[in-house]
Amino acid sequence: MSVPITVTKYLCIGCPLGCSLEVEHSGQQIHDIRGYQCKRGKDFAISEHTDPRRTLTTTVRVIGGTERRLPVKTEKPIPRDKVLRLRDELRRVTVKAPIRTGDVILPDVLGLGSAVVATRDIKAV
Amino acid sequence: MNEIHRPLRPEYDVVVVGGGPAGMGAALGAREAGAERVLIIDREKEAGGILWQCIHAGFGLHYFKEELTGPEYAQRFLKQVEEAAIDVVTDAFVLDIDRELNVTLISSAEGIGMRTVAAGAVVLAMGARERTRGAIHIPGTRPAGVLTAGLAQKMVNIMGCLPGRRAVILGSGDIGLIMARRLTLEGVEVCGVYEIMPYANGLNRNIVQCLHDYDIPLTLSHTVIEIHGTHRVEKVTVAPVDENLRPIASQGRDIPCDTLLLAIGLIPETELARQLAIRIDRVTNGPVVSSTMETSMPGVFACGNVVHIHDLVDFVTEESLLAGRNAGTYAIKGQLSKDTIALVPGEGISYCVPHTISPDREHTIYLRVRRPQERCSIVLGDLYERRLRYAFPAEMIRLQIKPEHLQGFEGTRLPVELRVP
Ligand SMILES: Cc1cc2nc3c(=O)[nH]c(=O)nc-3n(C[C@H](O)[C@H](O)[C@H](O)COP(=O)(O)OP(=O)(O)OC[C@H]3O[C@@H](n4cnc5c(N)ncnc54)[C@H](O)[C@@H]3O)c2cc1C
Ligand code: SF4
Repeated sequence: MSVPITVTKYLCIGCPLGCSLEVEHSGQQIHDIRGYQCKRGKDFAISEHTDPRRTLTTTVRVIGGTERRLPVKTEKPIPRDKVLRLRDELRRVTVKAPIRTGDVILPDVLGLGSAVVATRDIKAV
Repeated sequence: MNEIHRPLRPEYDVVVVGGGPAGMGAALGAREAGAERVLIIDREKEAGGILWQCIHAGFGLHYFKEELTGPEYAQRFLKQVEEAAIDVVTDAFVLDIDRELNVTLISSAEGIGMRTVAAGAVVLAMGARERTRGAIHIPGTRPAGVLTAGLAQKMVNIMGCLPGRRAVILGSGDIGLIMARRLTLEGVEVCGVYEIMPYANGLNRNIVQCLHDYDIPLTLSHTVIEIHGTHRVEKVTVAPVDENLRPIASQGRDIPCDTLLLAIGLIPETELARQLAIRIDRVTNGPVVSSTMETSMPGVFACGNVVHIHDLVDFVTEESLLAGRNAGTYAIKGQLSKDTIALVPGEGISYCVPHTISPDREHTIYLRVRRPQERCSIVLGDLYERRLRYAFPAEMIRLQIKPEHLQGFEGTRLPVELRVP
């Protein structure tokens, strides 16, 4: 069974011109890319279509510290469609002060290739 | 948390008001220039400014050549401030600066109370505050649930509480877009972002990663024309605007929500500057500054968002190091060389900083254009031309001007213009 050919649109984030990119594809297989004005746009269309990744930044609960919330981030960008799953995991996390920037707050439990680390120090009270 | 390492001295070479990235950069610049006694005063419990609440990534790409979050950027500077033996007093609000550069502060920190310290030079680095409902006159009732995007950011990221359950965001600048994603991740339903201009004001990256990723609609050429609700917001009316940005009320429609976030811009926090009768630029709403970042009051310097609103913290740092170095030199030598050329924003340019330059050194000039324009040039009289593929009001333009560019120029006023071929 062959996958029908469709066109998906993307807004290029390479520069403020914001070219409207069109990717003609059958699922993961790209047939044509239109609308870019430079190579950066073409590369963006390919990565955004085949493997979009995002850095998740959020906060987790802290006890025993000078702050109530600890800001955290994924060490590396993770697949976009896993962002909400990881957020759900992080909602269950509570950490205890003291905390140092770079401390691993959640190891790579979902197998995304990235741990979640602290982005600030919090002293204990 | 009181960060001062030693008792407050009665005299300082340089006193910096505000401990955000601008204040920290200025203090470090002053130390670099040889000023020994440098003090940072901040009203929050810790220096770092707005950066603590900006937990997203996107800071430091120019300055550190890596992508950091706001808190990471703040912390790197705090560490440098500590290592440079700069005094920091927090929980301390600056009430007054007089013409002899005596700085009066009031602090809840132990053993400080109300104090006056004498300064050889002062740097204003108070940042900006957000425009509120009053600034745009939205009619309707005054229920709870109308708040600025930055305040909502502080509630969510620092205090750990949510502003509501169902929100409408007015304004498509980066702060509005970042908050649309942040609230969505926290389980708040974001109904949409409304922008009065026919183009979005934020970075395309934020439009994609904050709105498209979460299917949040962005509606251009629309504004909120009325807020309804007795105790709490119940709904808002949004309507399209005509080409003069006047709402077409007959085409309004109601959106049920309990929260309206205002992301309608920042204005420099210039109360102290106004008290000193320092000259203010009517466009930026910040002090007029020379190429040394000195204001119209000798010995008083300014940098960061208090001068003009920056989109990138990296340029705040660059500007502040310069301001601090000059404040340090002023404190030591008592004066600085004067500028001879005034930059005059002309066709298509809304403002430029600094306001004056001198042909004897290199300058970094920051400016903004009035309207989006593809394929254009920024020109300084007929001395300098910089070609651009595009220029957008939301993106600050940065020019590097060398003494060669100004060689042989005898005039005192140099027009800065946007030219379209
Ligand atoms: C929501 C948001 C998102 C942003 N996102 C990005 C981004 O992704 N990338 C990027 O590079 N930049 C970003 N920026 C821009 C950058 O953070 C700012 O340009 C920068 O923080 C401005 O620094 P500042 O030191 O001038 O002001 P601030 O950080 O506001 O610091 C001013 C300090 O002065 C203190 N103060 C004021 N008045 C007094 C007084 N009278 N006495 C004592 N203390 C006083 C305040 O408490 C505050 O700590 C963002 C800004 C915001 C608001
Ligand atoms: S395709 Fe090139 S020119 Fe167009 S938005 Fe992307 S980076 Fe800019």
